[in-house]
Amino acid sequence: MAVLEIRDARKSFGATRALDGLSLSLGEGELLGLLGPNGAGKTTLIRAIAGRVRLDAGTVSLYGHALEPERPRPDLGVVPQENALYPLLTARENLETFGKLSGLDGKHLRERVAWALEWSGLADRAPSEVRTFSGGMKRRLNLACGVLHEPKLVLLDEPTVGVDPQSRESIYDMLGALRASGTSLLLTTHYLEEAEARCERIVVIDHGRAVAAGTLVELVEQAGLSGRRVRLSLDRPAASAPAGFTLADAGHALTATIDDVAHELPGLLARVQGAGLGVRDLEVRPASLQAVFLELTGKELRE
Amino acid sequence: MIGLLIRNSWTQLRRDRAAQVLAFIVPIAFFSIFAVIFGGGGNRMSGTSRVAVAVVDEEKSEKSRALVEALAADSGLRVITTAAAPRGSRGAAAETTLTRAAAEAMVKRGDVPAALILPPGTGAAIGSFDGAGAKALVLHDPSDPVAARMVGGLLQRAALRAASANGGFMGRVNKGPDEMMPLRYEEQAVLGEKRDSPMVAFYAAGIAVMFIMFSAAGAGGALIEETDSGTLERVLTSGLGMNGLLLAKWLYSTTLACAQVTIMFVWGMLVFRLPLVQHVAGFAIMTVFTAAAAAAFGLVLATMSRTRQQLAGFANLLVLSLNALGGSMFPRFLMSEGLQRASLIGFNAWALDGYLKVFWREAPLAALAPQVGALIGFTALFLVLARRLARRWEAA
Repeated sequence: MAVLEIRDARKSFGATRALDGLSLSLGEGELLGLLGPNGAGKTTLIRAIAGRVRLDAGTVSLYGHALEPERPRPDLGVVPQENALYPLLTARENLETFGKLSGLDGKHLRERVAWALEWSGLADRAPSEVRTFSGGMKRRLNLACGVLHEPKLVLLDEPTVGVDPQSRESIYDMLGALRASGTSLLLTTHYLEEAEARCERIVVIDHGRAVAAGTLVELVEQAGLSGRRVRLSLDRPAASAPAGFTLADAGHALTATIDDVAHELPGLLARVQGAGLGVRDLEVRPASLQAVFLELTGKELRE
Repeated sequence: MIGLLIRNSWTQLRRDRAAQVLAFIVPIAFFSIFAVIFGGGGNRMSGTSRVAVAVVDEEKSEKSRALVEALAADSGLRVITTAAAPRGSRGAAAETTLTRAAAEAMVKRGDVPAALILPPGTGAAIGSFDGAGAKALVLHDPSDPVAARMVGGLLQRAALRAASANGGFMGRVNKGPDEMMPLRYEEQAVLGEKRDSPMVAFYAAGIAVMFIMFSAAGAGGALIEETDSGTLERVLTSGLGMNGLLLAKWLYSTTLACAQVTIMFVWGMLVFRLPLVQHVAGFAIMTVFTAAAAAAFGLVLATMSRTRQQLAGFANLLVLSLNALGGSMFPRFLMSEGLQRASLIGFNAWALDGYLKVFWREAPLAALAPQVGALIGFTALFLVLARRLARRWEAA
């Protein structure tokens, strides 16, 4: 059974259709990436799952049970994009506050707070006021407050925005530990390389609809970008590109797309040699998530 | 460059409705409110408003009645000679003639700032200019420093008119200024005479009420900060619900306001000899209900504001206006009667009345019922309003 099932979700704000028949599902222990340009409907979807938006039509189900807006969702944890913390409270006090609001109390609350402080690497800063924390520490505490009550599904809205690479690694380590314990994660991010590297499956949404869903390989196929990208770094700038190539990096690189590496790559290299160009480096890879994303959602700015 | 920056600033102001209101409408509103209260038509200081005075004619002679009529004809006074008949007086007239005790009670209750007692012998004393005979008595509330003097002065004018109407005053000889009065009178304070610094009660109550209104607005503003920081969303996601959230905010603001007022009055007791201990029960009642109303008022301001700047604008406008009108800055008893009635649209005027009943009039606790009732009504109204305005934070 799917942990989360969204069917034909529709929501309009005035004349704007924020969700227009969106459907997706999330399995147990899965890390699902939700990608989309600004205004695609990601935040509305997250808020609908969290019970903060009433759908005009469609259903949100958790373990097969349809969720009603503004009803407690003990199996759900929400980690907002903002560091939704009380700056004048300590890390421990913040955890205790959100733990109690989530229904924890007594010994269980104390145990979970102790776990969260360890898990987030903030045990030694437990008595410090949050306003004294770095951006990365706030992010980790923000995450800890959302998962303190051991939800089975956690919604993460841009959990790594604005933090340094070390903090980002730390946050993904924390998420990895959660997944290992069977928690399912739904994550929105604008860091496509992160989604590419971390998420098992990705759903691309645009104009309130899921326009593609699957693994990166499946997305590449759905976007019609199944060929391999070949990139040659040259030892000196080329004035023109040999046949089948495109100039890149002001002539310092050549790019091409091929379907069969074994058969087509030798011919490409021969053409380069024939043009008197020296190859410093060679890279062959599938289409990037960024290319897929732009192919699926277009290059037009969305604001 | 400088011109560019100036133009940018004007452009931004033109696009910011709230800033425009603060810049242009608020000053006009303040000016108008203060002009009404302190200016021409609103207060007694300007001489255009009448002083209410209870007049008791204990002589009931032709001369004394002529004096009462002369007083009633004076444009500076509103003469009250009757009171509502007690309940159960079947078949009697709806009103009875005032007695000295009833008039004194009216002053003590704050219904009128002064009462004029015309004892037997008043008629003979009018215009005698010999310094002898009966003296009129002006019972007054010393919290109104103007009323007794006005009544005393206008009594002389009325006495002169009455004496003229009764054949003039002949054969007056050289006497001192007191004897030369057409009708001698003496003043007698019926409230506050035992206190070392009686006006402290006024100031403490006035400032406390104004202060907790500002404070409650600030405390309510935490809602806006929590909206911006995302904690509000997180709290609502937890399933607490808007009712629980507002209740928590209201109770916090109420307890905070109670603490603030208590600290202020304790300070007043220690430094200015405010008689807090003697009136602690009345103080507690008024403080709890005033704090509850102020906290609910703060929630309304916070829920109607989108930003801290808007909240500051609303708070400055409403709190200062309501307090100017409600008597924190300028005693209501010095305002015109119309303005005094109008000021009751603000809960703070009721709160101030209640505190004054406790500390000034030494009224029994039961006498606080109208004020407490009004404050409960205001609190309920504010909470309902805040709840409606808070819908914008609920699931859309």
